[in-house]
Amino acid sequence: MPQVLMPQLGETVTEGTVGRWLKKAGDAVAKYEPLLEVETDKVASEIPSPFTGTLARIIAGEGSTVPVGAPVCEILAPGEAPSVPAAPPAPAAPAGEPAQPVAAQAKPQEAERPASPIVAASPSKSPLAPAPVTAQSARDGVRYSPAVRRLARMHHIDLSGLAGSGRGGRITARDVMARVQTGAAAPPPAERVQPPHPAAAAPHGGAAPAAAAPVSRPVEPARPVPPAPPLAQPTTAPIEQPAARVAQPAAPHAPTAPTVAPAAKPAPVLHAVPIAPPGPDDTVIRLSQMRRTIAERMVLSKTTIPHAWSMVEADVTNLVAWRSKEKEAFKQREGVNLTFLPVVIQAVCAAIREYPMVNATWAGDSIIQRRHINVGVAVDVEDGLVVPVVKDADRYSLAGLATTINELVTKARSRRLTMDDLSDGTITLDNTGSLGSIASVPIINPPQAAILTTEAIVKRPWVVNDAIATRHIMNLCMCLDHRVLDGAVASHFLQAVKKRLEAWTV
Amino acid sequence: MATKTVLEGVRDALYNEMVRDERVFIMGEDVGPRGNVFRITDGFLDKFGRQRVLDTPLAEASIVGVAIGAAMAGMRPVAEIQFADFIYPAFNQVVGEAAKIRYRSAGGNTCPLVIRTPYGGGVRGALSHSVSVEALFYHAPGLKIVVPSTPADAQGLLTSAIRDEDPVMVLEHKKTYRLVKGEVPDGDFTVPIGKAAVAREGKDLCVITYGLMRHLAVEAAEALAKDGIDAEVLDLRSIRPMDKEAILASATKTRRVLVLHEDQKFGGVGAEIAAIIAEDALFELDAPVKRLCGPDVPAMGYAKEYEEAFMPNVERITAAMRELAAA
Repeated sequence: MPQVLMPQLGETVTEGTVGRWLKKAGDAVAKYEPLLEVETDKVASEIPSPFTGTLARIIAGEGSTVPVGAPVCEILAPGEAPSVPAAPPAPAAPAGEPAQPVAAQAKPQEAERPASPIVAASPSKSPLAPAPVTAQSARDGVRYSPAVRRLARMHHIDLSGLAGSGRGGRITARDVMARVQTGAAAPPPAERVQPPHPAAAAPHGGAAPAAAAPVSRPVEPARPVPPAPPLAQPTTAPIEQPAARVAQPAAPHAPTAPTVAPAAKPAPVLHAVPIAPPGPDDTVIRLSQMRRTIAERMVLSKTTIPHAWSMVEADVTNLVAWRSKEKEAFKQREGVNLTFLPVVIQAVCAAIREYPMVNATWAGDSIIQRRHINVGVAVDVEDGLVVPVVKDADRYSLAGLATTINELVTKARSRRLTMDDLSDGTITLDNTGSLGSIASVPIINPPQAAILTTEAIVKRPWVVNDAIATRHIMNLCMCLDHRVLDGAVASHFLQAVKKRLEAWTV
Repeated sequence: MATKTVLEGVRDALYNEMVRDERVFIMGEDVGPRGNVFRITDGFLDKFGRQRVLDTPLAEASIVGVAIGAAMAGMRPVAEIQFADFIYPAFNQVVGEAAKIRYRSAGGNTCPLVIRTPYGGGVRGALSHSVSVEALFYHAPGLKIVVPSTPADAQGLLTSAIRDEDPVMVLEHKKTYRLVKGEVPDGDFTVPIGKAAVAREGKDLCVITYGLMRHLAVEAAEALAKDGIDAEVLDLRSIRPMDKEAILASATKTRRVLVLHEDQKFGGVGAEIAAIIAEDALFELDAPVKRLCGPDVPAMGYAKEYEEAFMPNVERITAAMRELAAA
């Protein structure tokens, strides 16, 4: 009986979590009809059925995480007898010719579609058609070359915390050596010595968090965590670094340091603060893929990128007036609401052209300045946050930006974003002001170098030409990667954005 | 120093050795009055006479067989196979006889023979004037094979070959004869057999190659340098013995290796290089060893499109290097 397999929803994705089953055992299923929802990192996709038939048996239940290529259910083709193990009589009709002829029949059928990708069924139909699953691509996602393994072992680097600069997010030897040089990690030998088994384990149901780690493409939420959240400030105790090291990024880490003292000293772990087990009145919330990814990315960002923060105040009275005047006509003409976001994006793109270093990424032994300006826009969704990307944002008109953003937000809220929508961002914008904030300290979205927030527009008494007037004031906050950007460039950049917003007339 | 073409380097090595050592003589098709089809031995007949510049019949097995006999008798023959494509009839003489002589006589006999032959494509030579033969011969212990690609290496390696006590096959890429010019030291000099040369130093990846491809690799590396990719190019110069140390050093240093040769891929010299690296430098590698080679088809066609499809060119080499660097 043909099985439906977990598809690969992105280049570096190695597993998927079953969200909701849209059909239950016994239901009839038409080819291409949505069968289940699958989540991988932040993308939730509806998977269409590759075959017509009856859903015979669900193999992967809701909430289970299975590797790409693993079977999630079995579908009985019309006219096919259920194979012996699939006892549940739900599959109607076929005379119970038991084992022999059925097995004989089932075999060739299965032989026809051994580990075949779901794709075969749906590529042209669904915009979400997953990429073909091949053993190679399933493995590619988490591969450590011999050099990487050896260097990681030699220098006690935990590979799960590294972002990869190789194709498909692969960790390269250079990435490992860069980490060694910035000295960002070195638990003593006793511990994380093995790179988490993903290379061997992933295709066979490996540990989820570890496997998720090397995925660097998909997106990340750069949700501004309000200053000083009580939990998991990884900069405390055990890990020794980033807080202390922000000033000297190149402090050689002394890979010789690990004097062997493996004598059962528990290695520094991120959750070193003891946590009381859940009591009867507590609620344990299962981590969704999104939540897990957000957590990993935030930790990665804060522990590897030295954040510096700056803020400016912009007098956007003109902008507010302009929008009030234009919004009706705009809505009529373009069919979408006119918000400040497209204006901010245009100002940001223009400022990036003046200060291209803001649109760059730290690459270990070089800085890569990106030519394309792909602006990620933080969007709140039900379980968290996603950051869809407006590619080449500098090429759009205001109307174009408004429409594109609207599309992305709609897709985000209906969980139809594709990996492509979420990848290759070069800078992130978060409109924290929509929730009333007037100052935020956002977390940079690796591997970007900067993130901006637009705060609430508040009417304030303001000094204008030495007199007091009531003006609309919007704060702009920015966190920057201090390896790539220094205060001067960042401030100039912010000033450039501010000036454009203040001088807005269309 | 003088600037010469590869052809001039070959000619000068022959000339100088024939002047220096009267045991050295040349035999081959059209080497006499014709002066060799590429004019390498132009004027030699007049200078050295008929006893030392022998036109042979069109009989490769005999060319090599007679040369073996002469070598065992104390002469220093330089036997020319007019095009490497014609060498097959002489295979038995080369591998069955010459390569085994010292071994089978327990050192009692030596065979200081040189077989020189132009190989390789790029001159619209088609099926009978374009093959690479190194893979067929390098398997045989007892035979040395050198593949110079620069004028200095051509002159120096041929000189070393002539002075070597054992059979040496000198493979000269015919396209480099006039295409490649370079500086050559004055006076008497040799290039050691069995030593590779770093044609270009780099750190992001290395291309291990020989022959005409060395020049294309360097060109590709220069193009990539503009994009911040720093490629090393290692010119093997000797196929047997192969400079294993140099191969491992480059592989270890750069961690990414592209093996490049014009010869067909399957079972080519690249296979041995990849095996050496896998055996002794696996844990240094950051990416699998890639081979960029001629396609596994029997020959290079006459049509320009076929020849171009066969021979690796700078574009394909650059693309392969770029991909390797990004892997």
